[in-house]
Amino acid sequence: MNKIKTIFRGKFFFIFAPFIFLWLLRYIIPNYTISSKTPHWAYIPPKSCLGGCGSIDGLIPFVDWTNALIQFLRKYEIFGLFTFRDFTRGIANYVDKFLDFTEAVLHKGFPSYDVGPLPWIFILTLTIILGFYLRGWRLALLGGACFSYLILFSKRGIWELSMKSLAAISVSAPLAALIGLCLGILAVKRKRFANFLWPMLNILQSLPHFSYLILVVIFVGIGTKAGVIATVIFAFPPMARLTILGLQNISQEIKEAGVMAGCTKWQMLFKVEIPAARSPIMLGINQVIMQCLAMIVIAAFIGQPGLGHDLLIRLQGLRLGEAFEIGVAVVLIAITLDRYSQALALKEPERREGNFVKRNPYLCATFFAIIICSILVFLFPFFNEYPKELTISASVYLDNAIKSFTRSLFVPLGIFRDWMLIYFLMPLKAVFQSMPWTGVILFVGAIGWKLGKMRLALTVMLFVFFIASSGYWVRAMITVYMVFASLIICALIGIPLGIWASKKESRTKIVLNICDIFQTFPSFIYLLPAIMLFQISDVSAIFAIVIYSSIPMVRYTVFGLRNVPQQIIEASITSGCTDRQLLWKVKMPLAFPEIILGANQTLMFALFMVMIAGFIGTVDLSQEIFRALSFSDGGKGLIIGLCVAFIGLTADRLLVEWSSQMKSKLGFKV
Amino acid sequence: MNKEAKISCKNIWKLYGEAPEKFLKNTNNNPTTEEIKKNNYIPAVRDASIDVNTGEILVIMGLSGSGKSTLLRCMSKLIEPTHGQVFFEGNDLLKASEKELIDIRRHKMGMVFQHFALLPHRTVLQNVAFPLEVQGQEIQKREERAKDVIKLVGLEGREKYYPRELSGGQQQRVGLARSLAVEPDVWFLDEPFSALDPLIRKEMQNEFLRLQSMLKKTIVFITHDFDEAIRLADRIAIMYEGLIVQVGTPEELITKPATDYVAEFTKDIPRSKLLNAESIMNEKDKKPYENKVNYNDKIEKIASKVLKSESIFSVVDDNKEVIGSVSKKELIKALFAEDKNE
Repeated sequence: MNKIKTIFRGKFFFIFAPFIFLWLLRYIIPNYTISSKTPHWAYIPPKSCLGGCGSIDGLIPFVDWTNALIQFLRKYEIFGLFTFRDFTRGIANYVDKFLDFTEAVLHKGFPSYDVGPLPWIFILTLTIILGFYLRGWRLALLGGACFSYLILFSKRGIWELSMKSLAAISVSAPLAALIGLCLGILAVKRKRFANFLWPMLNILQSLPHFSYLILVVIFVGIGTKAGVIATVIFAFPPMARLTILGLQNISQEIKEAGVMAGCTKWQMLFKVEIPAARSPIMLGINQVIMQCLAMIVIAAFIGQPGLGHDLLIRLQGLRLGEAFEIGVAVVLIAITLDRYSQALALKEPERREGNFVKRNPYLCATFFAIIICSILVFLFPFFNEYPKELTISASVYLDNAIKSFTRSLFVPLGIFRDWMLIYFLMPLKAVFQSMPWTGVILFVGAIGWKLGKMRLALTVMLFVFFIASSGYWVRAMITVYMVFASLIICALIGIPLGIWASKKESRTKIVLNICDIFQTFPSFIYLLPAIMLFQISDVSAIFAIVIYSSIPMVRYTVFGLRNVPQQIIEASITSGCTDRQLLWKVKMPLAFPEIILGANQTLMFALFMVMIAGFIGTVDLSQEIFRALSFSDGGKGLIIGLCVAFIGLTADRLLVEWSSQMKSKLGFKV
Repeated sequence: MNKEAKISCKNIWKLYGEAPEKFLKNTNNNPTTEEIKKNNYIPAVRDASIDVNTGEILVIMGLSGSGKSTLLRCMSKLIEPTHGQVFFEGNDLLKASEKELIDIRRHKMGMVFQHFALLPHRTVLQNVAFPLEVQGQEIQKREERAKDVIKLVGLEGREKYYPRELSGGQQQRVGLARSLAVEPDVWFLDEPFSALDPLIRKEMQNEFLRLQSMLKKTIVFITHDFDEAIRLADRIAIMYEGLIVQVGTPEELITKPATDYVAEFTKDIPRSKLLNAESIMNEKDKKPYENKVNYNDKIEKIASKVLKSESIFSVVDDNKEVIGSVSKKELIKALFAEDKNE
């Protein structure tokens, strides 16, 4: 009884009360159903009467406004000379020049000079030497294995496709890195610019891939250069972010040492600050490369040729064996690029003394390798172009294997799928679909208020209001339902796995390594097993989301549990805790803020994956965005993208604030 | 202004908080502790005036948060004081343009940092040559000079090492070398040995004294370690909550502490090692006694013979002239200073 009284007295009650009240009210208001033509305004946001009744769905015609802006940018001539679109296309043409070069080197050759593309033997050898240089024989082996696979399994042209993708990445990654670096530096040097840039980065990083694609199609067109530009826009934010963090975290003393040596501002930047922050900046480059790869695969939707394109076609044709082969290629390239760029980020300069060869062993090795390879290519055509007869393909066997696998599991998988749908997903979906928008706004506002930040409360309320008034409320709630369902499953899998993994050093290592590898896969890849196992349904979408987004849940749980100070653990053991008590009374409470951060990351990952899962045919925002893509409806694409971003940002703001408040209560540094 | 002074600080204030300049102006540049607290300002340095004389080692000492590092940074204008003036060789540093400042720092100042602040991507040689590089010296000349300084601090043969390959003591030697590369007039050392092990610290202090005996720089040395201060200092400035509480020679601080705070600080110092006969003698008694001690002898040296004998000893200067006397009474008074008030 007392407990109930305290609930009514606390802030807790005020958070849930209005929400629950509004929710229950829907059973009292008679005309309310989701499908009824005029649902009560408190539940489904009413349609607009602005800008001509009924022309658009939203309370506020954001989509129309955005489209008007896009039209303006397309048509209006700045100084009567060129339109914004001319401008963007002009830039695209410059990008095309670079692209022509990398494509020529990697797979087209220079026909006008009668020079072919770089022979495979060069690429293979140089990759191996680079691997040795960056970390040692293991990395070299990985690089060698990756490219050997690409060469060997090239029956259906995987080598050429990979080279196409790599050509695009080798233009977009440096561009994105450069843009990110410059913006990051500018933000550190100019406080005002930082205030503007930081929220922009937040939004850019939570917009789904497809929103970019639509805008790029409108302003640039389709094809390779459009793919590259979409990729650059998508990939620069993490670089900018890490540059800012890196530059801000340089120790004060190092900066002072630079000033006291009498550096000018430019000398400070190039001789002190950038080199001192080189590790985070290099990690930024690693992120850029991985983002580029992920986006290049997805850019297949706007006609970017390469691995992604063929993967897409094969998935659409349900030729899973062939898709699997290409998927492996993508995954291998992803792991290789990731490990190479990470090794680059962590590489410390090495001291070498002695003569020239001793001081520059890798330079010399490269030089000799080039000479030997040139001779080989000159003498044997085998080394110039790997003969098609010698390539292999396992796609037929894979197809059969996958078929017999799914056939043998057809019944149990079917039962599982139906059970999930009927007892878990459908009820949950109904709950989310019936949530009143007014209630949700009050709910998030109340949480923000409970966390004691009025500004936070207003921001998240505004986010939700935007979604409600844009006309996509019901769809958005379906997206939220998918994310929420995935989050629950991820927590059910991830937290126990994290607890198990954190018990022993050796387990931790293995699990984190697997996490690392899984995280490097472009998200698109996860659709492959999902379709294989569950065909096309909500369950397969959620399956894909869950494998992708369990990673941060596991990672943060392990991190949180392992970071509990050793002293505290020792103190608990000497107090007589059993293992179980140690876990639940000591470790878990201390690791809880970290686990919340993990949940937050999981949520972000899930949101991204939901959008890609639209490809399997879910009925949430992602379906709308796919439609917008096929009609090149930029306004709609952007607004839906913003809806998705705001779903993410609402959760992110609240969870991060909650976690950091808990951390500071526990006395951890935030 | 003292003509000898290399650096002269006049009424330096450094407050943190909202619009501190305005607040200072409103309080006639002399706010009380209560006023500062009431208006939520954090005083780092309060009304500090101090001269650094040419060729001396001035040690600024105080506990963490006492404002000693801030004061040092005001002297080199790494931090802009809220109020006050800093004269460097007679020129007002706070009015100097960015270009003039860069010029002064390039040629006249060197600084050593607590955590070494070496550039991790550069070798020892490149680190030491760095200040010369930013001046635009050509590579051969600057590396030659850098090698000389590296030799001076005893790191010969380690030129091609990277900082992470060196021990803490060695890293700080690189820090010393770097700050000396431009042959500065003024040498700032910000707790240079605090991050080192006690044994290494002692070794580095000796190294520092050796370098100073050769180079004769004007030095401002920050420390929180009183033992270190009395070992190295010509003069010591003690800071407490942003105020300079007392400035004086080590002997002065121990024999005539200005406040209880200083007395508390100096309490545990073995006086016998620090004080000499002159500082404890009875100045009024200038009678020539049979037994004599030199004015500059430390107490630990004369204690046993004075305490053994019942007679009084004359204190004589270098010209054998009697300037005072020492007896058991003075010795005991000096050694057990806590009891002097009773």
